[in-house]
Amino acid sequence: MSLALKLPRLRLKGGSSLWVGGGLVAIAISSAILAPWIALTDPVLDANLMNAELPPSWEFPFGTDAQGRDIYSRIVWGARVSLSVGIISQICNSLIGVTLGLTAGYWGGWWDDVVSGLTNLMLAIPSLVFALAIMAILGPGLVSLVIALGLTSWSYSCRIARAQVLSLKSQGYIQAARILGYGDLRIMFTQVLPNILGPLIVIATLGMGGAILAEAALSFLGLGIRPPFPSWGSMLSEARDQITTAPWLSVFPGLAIFFTVLGLNLLGDGLRDYLDPQSTTRRG
Amino acid sequence: MAESLLSLDGLAVHFKVGNALAGGIKTLKAVDGVTLDVKPGECLGLVGESGCGKSTLALAIMGLLPPTRGTIGIDGHQISGSTPPDRMKMARTVQMVFQDPYASLNPRQTVRRTLADPLRLHGITDKAEVETRVIDMMAKVGLRPEQADRYPHEFSGGQRQRIGIARALILKPKLVLCDEPVSALDVSIRAQIINLLLELKDDMGLAYIMISHDLGVVEHVSDRVAVMYLGRIVEQGGWQEIFENPRHPYTRALIAAIPDPFHRAAISADAKARGEIASALNPPPGCHFNPRCPLRADICTAEYPAFGEVSPGHRAACHFRDRVS
Amino acid sequence: MTTPLLKVENLRIALAGDGVTYDAVENVSFEIGRGEAFGLVGESGCGKSITALSVMGLLRRPLSLAGGRVILDGKEIQNVSAAEMRRLRGKRIAMIFQEPMTALNPLSPVGRQIAEMFVLHQGANWNEAMDRAEDALRQVRVPSPERRIKDYPHQLSGGMRQRVMIAIALACGPDLLVADEPTTALDVTVQAEIIDLMAELCAAKGTAVLMISHDLGLVANMCQRVAVMYAGRIVESQVADAIFAAPTHPYTQGLIDSLPRLGERARRGRQKLREISGVVPSIANYPAGCRFNPRCPAVTEVCRSVVPEATPLPAEGVVRCHHHG
Repeated sequence: MSLALKLPRLRLKGGSSLWVGGGLVAIAISSAILAPWIALTDPVLDANLMNAELPPSWEFPFGTDAQGRDIYSRIVWGARVSLSVGIISQICNSLIGVTLGLTAGYWGGWWDDVVSGLTNLMLAIPSLVFALAIMAILGPGLVSLVIALGLTSWSYSCRIARAQVLSLKSQGYIQAARILGYGDLRIMFTQVLPNILGPLIVIATLGMGGAILAEAALSFLGLGIRPPFPSWGSMLSEARDQITTAPWLSVFPGLAIFFTVLGLNLLGDGLRDYLDPQSTTRRG
Repeated sequence: MAESLLSLDGLAVHFKVGNALAGGIKTLKAVDGVTLDVKPGECLGLVGESGCGKSTLALAIMGLLPPTRGTIGIDGHQISGSTPPDRMKMARTVQMVFQDPYASLNPRQTVRRTLADPLRLHGITDKAEVETRVIDMMAKVGLRPEQADRYPHEFSGGQRQRIGIARALILKPKLVLCDEPVSALDVSIRAQIINLLLELKDDMGLAYIMISHDLGVVEHVSDRVAVMYLGRIVEQGGWQEIFENPRHPYTRALIAAIPDPFHRAAISADAKARGEIASALNPPPGCHFNPRCPLRADICTAEYPAFGEVSPGHRAACHFRDRVS
Repeated sequence: MTTPLLKVENLRIALAGDGVTYDAVENVSFEIGRGEAFGLVGESGCGKSITALSVMGLLRRPLSLAGGRVILDGKEIQNVSAAEMRRLRGKRIAMIFQEPMTALNPLSPVGRQIAEMFVLHQGANWNEAMDRAEDALRQVRVPSPERRIKDYPHQLSGGMRQRVMIAIALACGPDLLVADEPTTALDVTVQAEIIDLMAELCAAKGTAVLMISHDLGLVANMCQRVAVMYAGRIVESQVADAIFAAPTHPYTQGLIDSLPRLGERARRGRQKLREISGVVPSIANYPAGCRFNPRCPAVTEVCRSVVPEATPLPAEGVVRCHHHG
């Protein structure tokens, strides 16, 4: 169309969100890995009722909880649980969702009907209730938490993948690949998937944040990580009663969740732009 | 028949559309009994308006849609509704150039990968040979070797179409189906691509099916021309016959509709068609063109005209094929 | 000479992008007389559509008017208030677009959309306006207008929708109709009908036309005078017949020579098409001097540095080329 003037390509696409988001996520991940060295005290054993519910100070930078344990140390250790649950369960969700969505969108027909039906079913049942049911069968613990959350919220990835495939399927280069003799799986993985990764990455990072929050909810219900070992969610849940008397109990785990989820979202945005072949930042 | 590279025999592609609950299922006869053949090294121009079924016909020839009736014979290989094509063998025989040079290239593949992957898929594993063939093909379509590692967005529309042509020719096919290869390009670029296609045809001994609505282009490149209307071929013949002595009123209407100041008086205004193409879901009875036809008579609404011979090799499906001129 | 209906003087349109401002259109001047059909021809990105938008007062960021005057009937309109411009649009100047589906309201019956013009601009009541809308549909030769008036845009074919657009545009008897690629989305036989219809209605009502198109043949058929744009500048403007008979700018010559013309092959055999080398420059890399110079066969040193002035042609018209004369 003649209105589409040939614009010069814009520079600095998504550069800042990539770095800020990456930085936040890197801080979270490194604190999880380095927990034994950067924690000031043992998160479970160093309870001291003499120090109960102290506000932030030089000795306890984020304050202490009702048992007198250092909140900072518990957050650092808690990063291990929260991040591993978030990342691993979302990887499961993405793998299931993308595989189902890609094949359903590409093949269509009865398989598409089956997958769409299953997706709608999953969307109709609140995923937290579903996860609860799985947890009730498997019993509490980190592994069952990952399984429960990793099997219950793939429907978003699946829907996005399917919709993207449907819009790409009629593109000339997909047809050209079929004409060149490419098999269906080869087309899906070499022609379709690389071109729909952007939105899927964004969905995956959002999902990681969601999984971290779901872990909190399950831990609160006593089905997640058993106290006294800390996770951000369980810390937040335990702090509920003292929110007015000792706000630091909930503020700091809350901030940890907030910055991690924010970082994941920014990273997702930045990655989407970075992976776009038309962005100039890539080969700079 | 043996000498034909492509032969379509009574090819029909029908679709079921609609919903059994809402309004009932109807049959859309997108292609309805097309008989055609293309000889090696020949260019067949295929003309028709949107909705005439030429895109469906193209997909069927490419083996992407199964025929409902009839057969497609490609280089001695028979395809019908019950015998699906061998896609690898098809790929080395018939290829396609697409209309939209923007949507037809994978934005995440460099030119090199776009051209090298099909070679590897078809069993050329020697790295040096793949490289030579990629660079040779790029040179043939007018791209420089240092452009091999660029992505499609770094090229202009005309250059992208060159890449599309290179991809179609990399497996050395015998027949290339060109679907409106220049209509999405800037006007000042079209001549480059048309010249290139003709050079490559001579150079590699290719046969083309040239789908276009631009009759100037079709006349320029075609050896024979087929005119399609609502799923059927209504006129077919040598290019000179079709353009100088068109016998179907629809062909005449197409020619009359060309806005060419040099040609203004050549065909009288009464050759123009009225209205628009009907839906293939509900084609008019008798001759499908009758509601738009300046020559319509009673017989036209009653029966579909035979695809009769006007002169050797020139056929038209019109009750008045001998009168029109 | 009487005052022209529309006079565009030294129009300059700026495109703001990324800290830099580009001139998308530069020094564009033309006049359209009452009842005259004037064509603006060029490839995508040459600035012809935004020139039309600036006449309509419809430029939006990142585009803005950076200089020059638009004079309608002796009155400058480039700086009038938004409310005043709204009154002018529809009543004095109307516009039709390439894709009518995007310009029509999908949720309102077409009759109502036509009637709205009478209510809005002429203070008619709805009953009267609906009757006049039916007449308007009859005028643009929509079959059975009494039924079609209740149809929604999606129920109509592309050609019918464009007829409805024309009915809306001409409803209030504007002095000027701006038509931006009005038939590009249509089939050739439908295109011919729509062009005939536009020409006929505008002649009958004395409406002037500013026709925007990439198709030189189409414009030359419909318009009395034609201007050719390249990379934001008018390179040549002439009487329509003369531009084909004696194009003076190398770009115009190239455009006319590079397209296969119907009947040419029968007369002279198949000649290689004359190519215009290179690609259309993007707005960020417009060359210095004459913007056509990198592609021009007659380029000399002066073309690379000095912008050519508009030189009057012996008959009517101007050309911007150092090598003319």
